[in-house]
Amino acid sequence: MRMEKSMNLVEMKHVRKQFDGLQVLSDISISVKEGEVVSIIGPSGSGKSTLLRCATLLENMDAGELSYHGEKVVWEEKGKAVTASHKEIKRISRNFGLVFQSFHLFPHYNVLKNVMDAPVCVDKVPKEEAKRRAMDLLKQLGLEDKAYNYPCQLSGGQQQRVSIARALALQPNVLFFDEPTSALDPELTSEVLKVIKDLAKQRMTMIIVTHEMKFAKEVSDRIIFMEGGVIVEEGTPEELFLSKNPRVQEFIGKLEE
Amino acid sequence: MSITTILSQLSQGMIISVEIFVLTLLFSLPLGLIVSFGRMSKNKILQQIVKIYIAIMRGTPLMLQLMAIYFAPYYLFGLKITTQYRFTAVIIAFSINYAAYFAEIYRGGIESMPIGQYEAAKILGYNKGQTFFKIILPQVIKRILPSITNETITLVKDTSLAMVISVAEMFTIAQRISARETSMFPLVIAGIFYFIFNYIVAFIMEFIEKKYRYYEG
Repeated sequence: MRMEKSMNLVEMKHVRKQFDGLQVLSDISISVKEGEVVSIIGPSGSGKSTLLRCATLLENMDAGELSYHGEKVVWEEKGKAVTASHKEIKRISRNFGLVFQSFHLFPHYNVLKNVMDAPVCVDKVPKEEAKRRAMDLLKQLGLEDKAYNYPCQLSGGQQQRVSIARALALQPNVLFFDEPTSALDPELTSEVLKVIKDLAKQRMTMIIVTHEMKFAKEVSDRIIFMEGGVIVEEGTPEELFLSKNPRVQEFIGKLEE
Repeated sequence: MSITTILSQLSQGMIISVEIFVLTLLFSLPLGLIVSFGRMSKNKILQQIVKIYIAIMRGTPLMLQLMAIYFAPYYLFGLKITTQYRFTAVIIAFSINYAAYFAEIYRGGIESMPIGQYEAAKILGYNKGQTFFKIILPQVIKRILPSITNETITLVKDTSLAMVISVAEMFTIAQRISARETSMFPLVIAGIFYFIFNYIVAFIMEFIEKKYRYYEG
């Protein structure tokens, strides 16, 4: 498929998702271009994480469309969401990585193996090269001296940085972050946010669900405010922070205090 | 009767006991894993069949199961039961019985794994086989080792049940000598044998547990 620069890297259209009759996402549309950093903010239960889980195919959406680089992964047929074939999904999934709130590192692998195992097993990268790439990434994230430690020997911030390295090792085109600092104390939060900011400087495409307002303002090209399964407001950080919408004002105001 | 004579007579039986133990573990550990898959299957019919199998294996005496397996070829198919079949029957009965127990242990371990491990593996592109054998199973083994040790120790003692179909394992021989010589001594030696056997088993299992202690979680 021909890649056009203007084409959206990630595109979600009219996404709907219910859990046991509860409408978690109703008619959400989002598109993200290459090199863009988009933050998704909003109160708990607003559907932010579910949206990310739909985008990364951890959840099946009930209706709507999902595509990467214009290639459809999920689309609608007769009002129901249809998913691409297993093989197609496997290929298109190479586009994205996901960083979880609680890291989900593999506890029985050391840091180096956590980072290099997927490239070796999934992408069939030769071991030596995968190791070299993993060590480069660990160096970049300030973890080279932890390569042979196990996750249980690391702080939360270090664990989260390892999980970012693990995601980057597969060289995704877009990286999703699902509240990457919510499990960390303020000190550890800042070391993880710094890593994400560095990635933003390198023009890594990222979609970040976060409660860190100051960070979102600094790092994002665009911020999306979600509540009750809908997008309430979307715009540049300036637009959002100066929003006239009382609900947005109230939410941002509370968190900035 | 001297202790050396008794020991030399018992030694043949000890070998049989160890053989039953090793072969049962060899078959029941992998079989148990397969059974646990059936038990956790989304296919309700398969799940139900496996549940019934486990219920029978755990709900009836192993001694009875041994006899059932031993006599089944004759009563079901009218086949002549050969002496060589005795040992095979023991291995079959022990393996399918222990597989049922191991299956439930595996299931407990597998179901205790946090869903995040599966999700992380999925996002990283591991296929189902890689996810299970590289990510899930090694962690499950660490978690279930203490329960496996328990079962393994029980198995050592259960090998004596092979006596009911006259397989000449150690306890069978010990009892024969004991009856012939009207002496408790051979049985005492048998007791010591099981104790030492289990001591070694516990030692090995502890060693394996230690090997898995390089990480927490």
